[in-house]
Amino acid sequence: MIPELGNFALVLALGLALIQSGFCLAGAAMRRTDWMAVGTPATWGMLGCAALAYACLTYSFVANDFSVLFVAEHSNSGLPLFYRVAGVWGGHEGSLLLWILLLAGWTLAVAAWSGSLPLVYRARVLGILGLVSVGFLAFTILTSNPFDRLFPVPADGQDLNPLLQDPGMVIHPPMLYVGYVGMSVVFALSIAALMGGRLDAAWARWSRPWTLVAWLFLALGIALGSWWAYKELGWGGWWFWDPVENASLMPWLVATALIHSLAATEKRGTFKAWTVLLAIAGFSLSLLGTFLVRSGALTSVHAFANDPARGIFLLGFMVIVVGGSLALYTMRARQIRSDVTFALFSRETLLLANNVLLMVACAAVLIGTLYPLLLDAFGMGRISIGPPYFNAIIAPLALFLAALMGLGPLTAWRQADAVALARRLRFAALGSVALAAVVVVLLSDTARLIVIVTVALALWIVLTSVMGIHGRVRLRQGSLLQGLRGIPRGFYGMHLAHVGFAVSMLGIGVVTTHEVETFHRLSPGETVETAGYTWRFDGVSNVQGPNYSAVEGRVVVSRGDSPVTVLRPQKRHYPVRDEIMTQAGINAGFGRDLFATLGERVGEDGAWVVRLHYKPLVRWIWLGAIFMAVGGALAASDRRYRLELRQRAHADIPSNAAAAGGGA
Amino acid sequence: MALFNAHRKRRLIGVLTIVLSAGVAVWFGITAFQENIAFFFSPTEVAEGSAPTNHPFRMGGLVVPGSVEREEDGVTVRFELSDLVNSVAVRYQGILPDLFREEQGIVVQGSLDEDGTFRAREVLAKHDENYMPPEISEMLERNR
Repeated sequence: MIPELGNFALVLALGLALIQSGFCLAGAAMRRTDWMAVGTPATWGMLGCAALAYACLTYSFVANDFSVLFVAEHSNSGLPLFYRVAGVWGGHEGSLLLWILLLAGWTLAVAAWSGSLPLVYRARVLGILGLVSVGFLAFTILTSNPFDRLFPVPADGQDLNPLLQDPGMVIHPPMLYVGYVGMSVVFALSIAALMGGRLDAAWARWSRPWTLVAWLFLALGIALGSWWAYKELGWGGWWFWDPVENASLMPWLVATALIHSLAATEKRGTFKAWTVLLAIAGFSLSLLGTFLVRSGALTSVHAFANDPARGIFLLGFMVIVVGGSLALYTMRARQIRSDVTFALFSRETLLLANNVLLMVACAAVLIGTLYPLLLDAFGMGRISIGPPYFNAIIAPLALFLAALMGLGPLTAWRQADAVALARRLRFAALGSVALAAVVVVLLSDTARLIVIVTVALALWIVLTSVMGIHGRVRLRQGSLLQGLRGIPRGFYGMHLAHVGFAVSMLGIGVVTTHEVETFHRLSPGETVETAGYTWRFDGVSNVQGPNYSAVEGRVVVSRGDSPVTVLRPQKRHYPVRDEIMTQAGINAGFGRDLFATLGERVGEDGAWVVRLHYKPLVRWIWLGAIFMAVGGALAASDRRYRLELRQRAHADIPSNAAAAGGGA
Repeated sequence: MALFNAHRKRRLIGVLTIVLSAGVAVWFGITAFQENIAFFFSPTEVAEGSAPTNHPFRMGGLVVPGSVEREEDGVTVRFELSDLVNSVAVRYQGILPDLFREEQGIVVQGSLDEDGTFRAREVLAKHDENYMPPEISEMLERNR
């Protein structure tokens, strides 16, 4: 009964999405206020239906209804409740349902907060979001219905993939999806503006907070995915250049470029056409990510299914989205020229450089990800492209970006005085290099140039950020505190995000050059010395988990005479799927992680192959992402976006009243 | 005629900068690409000597039952990979993935030693025991 209700809600949601997009777009084209007013109630209805469908699937999981195929494939009566609730997005069909729910939520947020927008523009935005919903709902209902039944009903389910039974997995996909779906809002805002032929400051200002929110969730989602891989895959790696990771990185790179190009578009009216292209690219890459993951073209932890119909549907959907938006873009191209000039040395130029670097990075990732797939598709052989390719390209680009990152915020718009800036920054530049050299030589026994460069650039970003904030404070009267309070949140947000990048970069630079990884065959009681620590293996014992049994090793770590920690790596056996999983024993720290995994049992005396890792600053990689996300949230909540809304709401009383009427 | 007025000059410098930096990036990209591409070979192709001897590549096949041995140090493993026609000895130092089992289809990445042993840098087994990498299943299909 409940699954049928969910199915019904899903079909109803498709109907409402069709109504929403149809009435909104037709109403906008024919200037019919009454048609456009359908948008908001239809959005409410769609969110209600999507939430109902989602609740039905969750109920089936919680109630262990194994007559539902999706539940039978992804759950088990022995699975803890926590993972049964999260199991909804542990597979292809359910994660699409989550996508649809989040898209409905984003659409409603747009509908609720867009009262100040011109009525026609607002209707177009809702109409395009409705079309995206139609695409995803049709895809779900036609090719991947989560409510399909299974007969005969099995006695128990096949369980959730043990790799996914981890708190990191529980929050990673929703975060990433909020970001992906957020890119569709940014896309809709740009396409609607293109349709109207007016790419003005209002459009740019309106796009900024939405882009920031989508971007910060993408950053969090990617960081959580990296953290999860580090914990769960047991190799101690935090990024594998796996195609699916790349698929999430590319929209983030584009969104980062978009944030910066939007800043120039809003403040100076430049880069309009480029900004629109980035918005289209961001959403297209989100779709490409879904296509790659869901079509079975890729095989990894994430590739849940292998059904060509899905791939063809998604490919068709992508062709329509990309083709349609680029066609519209070409038609409007002549109207969106920006006639604003700027000097060779100006903030605009630096932002342009930022965009070029980010897009080169994105293109390199795209080529590395797609090239093997294309070769294979055309029968030209199977190849793989390894992490060194990506590292060789991304690392220098990131260092260039870091150098510009310190410079950009201190450079004036339109025309900057290079000599004055050089004089102002000479101490910051010299200081960061000197300090980096001293720090690296003192703390590391192998002072490599690349580490000094990384540390220097990170210090450079931090120092210039402090200078930027200090410069702002000096402009104001009153005490330091008053000055600090007077600075808008957007400014703090920018600098916090930049410092976050520096923190992540430091973490990546130090952990890749200074980590220690060793393998040992250890008998109980045996000790090894590695990375300055003494590790004693105390043998293994059996432990029982809620739905698995495990062998747990005990590794006592000490430094000199003082004990440091006891690591408990496990080798788990999940009986339902008869799968073995390695669970690392990790001692996390601000300065370093100690990490041990069990290999396999060798010999008769209880000896095991044990892998030991020392990972300096590995936590900083994710800490930086948190900084970036908080920075993004600060910037998105800047007063001026809200002020703008309020002012416009007062100025545009007719459109506002009409919109409010539509909401009633 | 102001062919090189200030505006045009700026634009020219801007375009040149972009072209130059894009060129450098492409050059970097192609170099990195060529160095890190790994082609896929079957054990038969490796046994016949058609695999490169100076460049890393990938090889896939079934783990031959009874061929898995551990060396004295306890950390180095030897096993054979077969495509039902030929098999190639593989040597790997480290911890094997959880799903490494006899008769399981796996992929190894690494290069050939002078004695014809494949020195694996990475051993890839997928996280699903029913899953067979497509390159291996196609190869086995041909040889059956």
